[in-house]
Amino acid sequence: MKMNGARIMLECLKKEGVDTVFGYPGGTVINLYDALFDFKDIQHILPRHEQAGTHAADGYARATGRVGVAIATSGPGATNTVTGIATAYMDSIPMVIITGQVPTALIGNDAFQEVDIIGITRPCTKHSFLIRDVKDIAITMKKAFYLARSGRPGPVLVDFPKDIQIAQGEFHYPETVEIRGYKPNLSGHPRQVEKAVTMILESRRPVIYVGGGAVLGGAAEPLTQLARKLSIPVTTTLMGLGSFPESDGLSLGMLGMHGAYCANMAMTGSDLIIAIGARFDDRVTGKLSTFAPHAKIIHIDVDPTSIKKNVRVDLPIVGDVKDVLMKMIKQTDKSKDKLAGYISALAPWHSDIDGWKEKHPIAYKQSSTIIKPQFVIQKLRELSDDDAIISTDVGQHQMWTAQFFQFNKPRTLLTSGGLGTMGYGLPAAMGAQAAFPNRQVITICGDGGVQMNIQEMATLVQNKLPVKIVILNNNFLGMVRQWQELFFDKRYSSTCMELPIDYRKLADAYGAKGFLATKPGEVESVIKQGFKENGPVIMEFKIAREEKVLPMVPAGASLNEMVLNA
Amino acid sequence: MQHTISVIVENDFGVLSRVATLFSGRGFNIDSLSVAPTNEEGLSRMTIVTRGDEQVLEQINKQLNKLIDVLKVLDFSDGSAVERELALIKVAAEDDSRTEVLRIVDIFRAKIIDVTPKSYTVEATGNPMKIDAILELLRPLGLKEVVRTGSVAIGRGAKGWNG
Repeated sequence: MKMNGARIMLECLKKEGVDTVFGYPGGTVINLYDALFDFKDIQHILPRHEQAGTHAADGYARATGRVGVAIATSGPGATNTVTGIATAYMDSIPMVIITGQVPTALIGNDAFQEVDIIGITRPCTKHSFLIRDVKDIAITMKKAFYLARSGRPGPVLVDFPKDIQIAQGEFHYPETVEIRGYKPNLSGHPRQVEKAVTMILESRRPVIYVGGGAVLGGAAEPLTQLARKLSIPVTTTLMGLGSFPESDGLSLGMLGMHGAYCANMAMTGSDLIIAIGARFDDRVTGKLSTFAPHAKIIHIDVDPTSIKKNVRVDLPIVGDVKDVLMKMIKQTDKSKDKLAGYISALAPWHSDIDGWKEKHPIAYKQSSTIIKPQFVIQKLRELSDDDAIISTDVGQHQMWTAQFFQFNKPRTLLTSGGLGTMGYGLPAAMGAQAAFPNRQVITICGDGGVQMNIQEMATLVQNKLPVKIVILNNNFLGMVRQWQELFFDKRYSSTCMELPIDYRKLADAYGAKGFLATKPGEVESVIKQGFKENGPVIMEFKIAREEKVLPMVPAGASLNEMVLNA
Repeated sequence: MQHTISVIVENDFGVLSRVATLFSGRGFNIDSLSVAPTNEEGLSRMTIVTRGDEQVLEQINKQLNKLIDVLKVLDFSDGSAVERELALIKVAAEDDSRTEVLRIVDIFRAKIIDVTPKSYTVEATGNPMKIDAILELLRPLGLKEVVRTGSVAIGRGAKGWNG
């Protein structure tokens, strides 16, 4: 059956199992939107800004593990997606972004709303395609989805000119796809796995250091099994939170710049670091020359470029983290007789760690008059559902959430780790809520970031997406202010958000409910009222204005040189 | 240290800019770059001369391999390849210097491919060091214009890049 290119595109999405897309119409996608008008198999959500639409597709992908899909028109529509694409790229989130493009005959002519979006996004996409023939739509989409979700996932952009949307063609979706330059190595080498287990059994101060790759690779289960089997403490990066239950005694919490004292001390004192789907980011390692000075490093990652990029590695294992961990469990079972001896040999290490945990736990000073942000986070954990999905923006509230919420399940924290994108939290929560209408979705924001995509309140209300928006309001761009306090003599240059905003009125204007807490005694009742509402809600908490995120490893310092009280 | 890398790529739209973006985005150097189709349909071959220590070279290798359009990366740093470059050199040639240019051209087994009363255009082929050497000798006579292709390299022995 003949159909136009626009319709073929939608049939491709359907074949890929796409049930929801986030998109914004415009001149060069008007044909695509016309086809969408009576295409009932796909739910379309209209954000109020293409950046938010892209973040929503990202949030959808992080919460579900499926490929998120965003649509934008050419020119400014396409450029508005760039921050969303870069955010997804830095955190390896599977996404397909379809951008309209001017008709092929006009490409390069500086036509109205023309921009070379493939060129602009080249450094922040896993790959990109320009469709130049209606015959190529199906194979291109097959490749795009395959690339987005396989290996180290990432965003793939498909530029879709208007004349190709109009052209008539046949629809045949290929069953399989072959890309000769792309063969991700998924299966961990058995010899390397064997060596890894031998190294582990010889270690006396081992630490498992887990990154976002464990979440993306669906490796939470085997990771937890392996750690418990060998009794090895586990620390995670911001992106790795949820891959190992923080309620477990082996958990050290998050490491790095605002990581737990015990986690950073353990890394510094360790004799063997088992890195799983992590990339030794500068926020994690601190000063590289003094990072983990006594440790051998085993590095497991599906992306060979992550290995030996920042630190030396003694044993690299390239492969899907889940596959490698399952092989390691099997290999460990072969050495069952050595296990009891090994675990008892770790006793001094565990007692060191317990000492660090006790000496400087993640803590804050409670107040009876002023709301402490950490207290709000703790109350949110206490009063929210076990499987609640949390998204954050970037800054102090993000770190407090990471430190105090306690994540026990993978894909329950959506946060921009690599790019550090303000304005991410609200639209990401929107995407997650669209995927899981019946789960509790909470976005925790500061008063800075929330205003970067506040317009999405309209999308939430219109689509009945009951996201609970928590604003920790200190009238500051808090993290920058904290740096200014500590390193710039309290010269608060442009970090004070001087205009107070009435968020209850704002919520009201959008047809949502707003609540405000100004005293510690009101925190619980505001959260309870907010959670009780069936629709989207803003819960604003006026918090201690100059509260700091601690501990803190100053930029460029060693991991064990933490500022604990300042 | 200088390294010569051959990259087999899909002869696709935009592949050159993907490679170039990778080098500039990650702060890797390109000393020379040449690219042209191969004997196999749909494939092109790039020869890139770059600089860096072992760790940088390993990253360059891995990052190139990560590009979807890249089929194979061959690292010829170990001298396992024959390397050649072609240069077109326009040199002033008047009176006495006309014979001197001819002598140098002869010694380097180069060719004169264009002649005017005031100049010769020389075609020289060889490994990049040989090209550097002929340029050094011609420089005092008055170089007017130099065009170099950059290195191309092919592995020694009977086997092709894919066996």
